[in-house]
Amino acid sequence: MPQEYRLILKHADQAGYTPDIECYLRHGGYEALRKALALGVKELPDGKKMTAQEQIRDEVLKSGLRGRGGAGFSCGLKWSFVDRKSGKPIYLICNADESEPGTFKDRQILHKDPHQLIEGMIISCFANDVKLAYIYIRGEMPEGARLLNKALKEARAKGFLGKNILGTGVDIEIHVHRGAGAYICGEETGLIESLEGKRAYPRIKPPYFPAILGLYMCPTIVNNVETLAAVRHIVSMGASEYAKLGTANNTGTRIVSLSGQVKRPGYFEVEVGKVTLGELIYHENFGGGLREGRTLKAIIPGGSSSKVLKAGEVFKVKKKGEDGQWVPVDMNLLDLPYDFDSLQQAGSMSGSGAIIVMDDSVDIVGVLANLGEFYAHESCGQCTPCREGSLWMSKALHRLTHGHGRKEDANYLLHIAQNIQGRTICAFGEACAWPVLSFVKKFKDEFEARGAADEANAAQGSHAANAVASHKV
Amino acid sequence: MSTAANPETKPAPPPVETVRIKVDGRDIDVPKMMPDWQGKLQPTTMLQACSLAGAEVPHYCYHPKLPIAGNCRMCLVEFGTPMMGPDRKPVLNPDGSSKIAKSVLPYEPGTPRGAIACATPISPGMEIYPGSTATRQMREAVLESLLINHPLDCPICDQAGECKLQEYSVEHGQATSRFVETKVHKPKQVDLGPRIMLDDERCILCTRCIRFTKDLVGDDALGIVNRGSYNTIASFPGRTFDNNYTLNTVDLCPVGALTSKDFRFQMRVWFMKETKSVCTSCATGCNIVIGSREDRVYRYEPRQNDVVNASWMCDAGRLNYKWIGRDDRLAAVRSSRTGARSWPAVLSEIAQTLRSAPRGSVAVIASARQTNEELYLVRKLATHLGAMTDSVPREGEGDRFLVNEDKNPNTNGARLTGIAFTEMGIQIPKIAQAIRSGQVQTLIVIGEDVTQHGIDSETLAKVSTLIVSDILPNETTRRAHFLLPGCAHAEKRGTFVNGKGRLQRFLKAVEPSGEARPEWEFLKELVEQVVGPTGYTTIEGLFNQMAKDVPAFAGLEWAGIADLGVNLAI
Repeated sequence: MPQEYRLILKHADQAGYTPDIECYLRHGGYEALRKALALGVKELPDGKKMTAQEQIRDEVLKSGLRGRGGAGFSCGLKWSFVDRKSGKPIYLICNADESEPGTFKDRQILHKDPHQLIEGMIISCFANDVKLAYIYIRGEMPEGARLLNKALKEARAKGFLGKNILGTGVDIEIHVHRGAGAYICGEETGLIESLEGKRAYPRIKPPYFPAILGLYMCPTIVNNVETLAAVRHIVSMGASEYAKLGTANNTGTRIVSLSGQVKRPGYFEVEVGKVTLGELIYHENFGGGLREGRTLKAIIPGGSSSKVLKAGEVFKVKKKGEDGQWVPVDMNLLDLPYDFDSLQQAGSMSGSGAIIVMDDSVDIVGVLANLGEFYAHESCGQCTPCREGSLWMSKALHRLTHGHGRKEDANYLLHIAQNIQGRTICAFGEACAWPVLSFVKKFKDEFEARGAADEANAAQGSHAANAVASHKV
Repeated sequence: MSTAANPETKPAPPPVETVRIKVDGRDIDVPKMMPDWQGKLQPTTMLQACSLAGAEVPHYCYHPKLPIAGNCRMCLVEFGTPMMGPDRKPVLNPDGSSKIAKSVLPYEPGTPRGAIACATPISPGMEIYPGSTATRQMREAVLESLLINHPLDCPICDQAGECKLQEYSVEHGQATSRFVETKVHKPKQVDLGPRIMLDDERCILCTRCIRFTKDLVGDDALGIVNRGSYNTIASFPGRTFDNNYTLNTVDLCPVGALTSKDFRFQMRVWFMKETKSVCTSCATGCNIVIGSREDRVYRYEPRQNDVVNASWMCDAGRLNYKWIGRDDRLAAVRSSRTGARSWPAVLSEIAQTLRSAPRGSVAVIASARQTNEELYLVRKLATHLGAMTDSVPREGEGDRFLVNEDKNPNTNGARLTGIAFTEMGIQIPKIAQAIRSGQVQTLIVIGEDVTQHGIDSETLAKVSTLIVSDILPNETTRRAHFLLPGCAHAEKRGTFVNGKGRLQRFLKAVEPSGEARPEWEFLKELVEQVVGPTGYTTIEGLFNQMAKDVPAFAGLEWAGIADLGVNLAI
């Protein structure tokens, strides 16, 4: 029976569990940090030596942990790109700017178990020789910022943070920085600019890869809240045990944010790939199905910028056969395992783990108009295609939802979106183009029908107006 | 041209490491490293490589002298790199050449993924396709996006005729617009500062102006407010955009967003004649282009010269042209002795006076704002007459960017031609004393009001013959017995030596007013009448003769100075 597997949120919702350090310590808190700091130099069979830091980095790589922010990139690989020979300080930034519409997972950690994140960060700092780290938290989460600051203070008082951590001579400091309310600050280089006190204009890559030229032009690691929290568990349970959770290449657990027209919206921590989209929506352990008399229309599987999937769609997905070979099989939308690779093969992505469910009561044109307005409002405006295209699409969608549509608007929208994706400085281009491309392509009949109806109304109106005018003559 | 006079001609540098790439199917070897905006060697970019291959990549935000922004996306180009096998070795075609993997969108492998040529470094074996269909499509799309909210008010826009939006529209634009929405409206006629007017609707947000004033001038005065399509260039609240380099942003602005309050609505750019010249407001000698029409100067613009002023000039120098067209310009030649009013009569009267002057009874003060050629002729006269000479020093405030403390454009020229000495002006008190003692009877003044510079009216009244050439009236010209109206630099040809010893030449943009003549012309006639034949009739001949006589110019010829000048070995 599909069910939750609570690793990161193990204690979060237990009665009496509080976000203070005493409670965290009672539940085994900071033991992973002690373990990490106690690691000595390891002699390898070939005579080479591995420092404690290298061992942790190796564990994270072997655990198969993939970034939980959206792109799903291997965390261990990301760490391996860091320029460790530049002589400059290395920074770690926790991206707590959770803003992807539909996503509400990081805030569970921030609000209910902040020490777990802090422990994961201290371990990650230690593993990467980071002396100074920042938590960039969304401006709209003042309570999270308050709790984090309180937790950091507690950690310092207990000697887990600051100078000479637990008497080991290791110095690590973490500061909380609050954003001012912009989606683009979740883009890692935009976040870095914002942290530096500038307008959050994402940087061009090349040359500004954070691993080489990040915060203050120093090597920088930017990781999501959930990713850093997972590091704590990888160190605690060991990479091989962690990798047993989930499925091959999609290890560990993920917190899924389920919203939309299901009976039980909420967040569910599951083993990656062990639960299907259909189970997440319909199973009583999760969404509990749609409301009475409703049928499924579409799913946005990974936050609002992921491409929409239409009910009834069948995808070619590679599956491991009994002989161990990967073979492509036809798979219905609802049978897709909720993991990184399957969603990608279905032409979308699991993104930030936010599933938005839409039933047949939904006006699909209206949904896209809503998303379009969001992206037009959040485009930073730095580069041309996104700056001009996002508002252009939004204006066209506004017309379509306000009785001034045209039949050709469907292709008009595709034309605009096609000229944004892949042409911009950051992934916001894709984020604003993909909803339009997928909605319009998959529900083209509805978009065209809406436009055609408006045109018919307009023609009738002008005919009537003409009739009135000629009558007056 | 001698190599001694031109240190830029150095022995051949060691061979540069090159990289072989293909641009639109043609092989080309380009340097692996090329100078960036600060002149530091960096990996060569696609844009630089394409330029070397003769394929210009259109761009708005990129400027070779500014940090790279990469925001306009106009320089997106389709490209490919050698395909690598699982063994990390290149995959080969049957003919042995490298198989090329074209860059495509990772999530949509049928669609080319362009790279911004301005910021993407080349790699060995790379193929760039600036002329491909996909590249053209990307440009057209960017241009379409830039134009949807643009007011398209070319008929009343000062930039028309030198606007990159217009130029690229011709090359990459569409005749009709798909856009049926309401345009974004933004502030117009924004008073950014005392010399700059901004039209935010025309702005394409390339941020050239922001980067220039922040990174080159060091005045972090401009920024962007609002978000997305509503983005707007603005100065910080409570601050105006007012430093000595603001007008460069008007040149940098690829569209008509930033306009010069001085130039806007004055003249259509296509009507103007462009003349290569040099700014005379200080010893830096910024290279300029004079824009003129029908003998009226409308604007100065900086002309690129990387060893002098890069692509910039200061606002003060740029706006220092209005005196050229002043109504009270000296326009008539005259002798107050005989009442003669023609050049031949007045010059022969002066020649007669000078010929009969006892040796040592003449003194000359010639401005360091005069050209080398003029000062050389003055020197010839002075030597013949045994006259004391000097120029007037002109010190002011300088800065760390372009403005020199020396406000004379040709201090070094005055020294090299032997008119002034290392300490300019040291002779002036002696000349004044010699006038008062009666030793000096005749004073020749070229281009200065000496009553402001050490020879007061009372002293001046003591000379029996005062020969003055100038451009605008002043106390000295009013007292002149012989008045010879001269020319602004924009009205003649000549050369200056700037503060760093660079010889630069300038050309004639407009006709002088009235009877005024270039000083070198009448000085040459005077030399011929007083000293003897000269053997040349043109400025070229004059310069070439001067180069033979003045050691610092040895080996130079007028033609060899070219547009960007030469460094002198001084």
